[in-house]
Amino acid sequence: MPILHTVNKSPFEKDSLETCIAHALDGSAVLLIEDGVYAAANGTVVAPRVRDAMRRLKFYVLANDCKARGLGEDALIDGIEPVDYAGFVDLAVGHDNVQSWL
Amino acid sequence: MFRKKLMYLNRRAPYGTIYAAEGLEVVLIGAAFDQDVCMAFVGDGVYQLKAGQDTSGLGLKSFSPAYRALGDYDVTRLYVERESLEERGLDAGDLMPLTWEDEDDDWAEKSSIHVVDRAELTRLIDAQDVVFNF
Repeated sequence: MPILHTVNKSPFEKDSLETCIAHALDGSAVLLIEDGVYAAANGTVVAPRVRDAMRRLKFYVLANDCKARGLGEDALIDGIEPVDYAGFVDLAVGHDNVQSWL
Repeated sequence: MFRKKLMYLNRRAPYGTIYAAEGLEVVLIGAAFDQDVCMAFVGDGVYQLKAGQDTSGLGLKSFSPAYRALGDYDVTRLYVERESLEERGLDAGDLMPLTWEDEDDDWAEKSSIHVVDRAELTRLIDAQDVVFNF
């Protein structure tokens, strides 16, 4: 399995997500955590960029971090899969490596 | 006594860093000094006011309810930048309701949240004696 990339910064504050997308091989997974979950919201100025990246990367979002920030599952971009902490572990062990974009 | 015009300018999302929580602490402490205080929410700072925050899954205390105390501390003007909301797919209806009671108007309950555009916020910042940037 290819790499699991995690992004924990808001896409409006830092370019972590943008750099991640630019350096992730096709078929990689991206898990949005902490302030990174804001990139999973529908209707934002970065949503088109994420939707474009989803054609070649699989996106996940950490459900508890969404809940903490008042980001409901109905507000997520279609196709982004919420995972719980156990799901995070499954993703980590299910990929060759984990790359954290801080 | 001369009352200074103070603005607390909030630019960060609530949980990823300590800025928002500490900034709110400073506002609540500073409110004891009887100054002319307002708050502004710009950029990711608008996320601080998002409705429905529930940190129970993080094992972390939510400071979101503390914003509701602001009205009792006479911090009754919270300016939220419209452009920042729009960039994030949000509008005023996505924010938690925050109110204060106007003693000069038979204790009428009024909204503390004022959505303003960037040009107006620019003028508001310019009108302050001190701006605290978090």
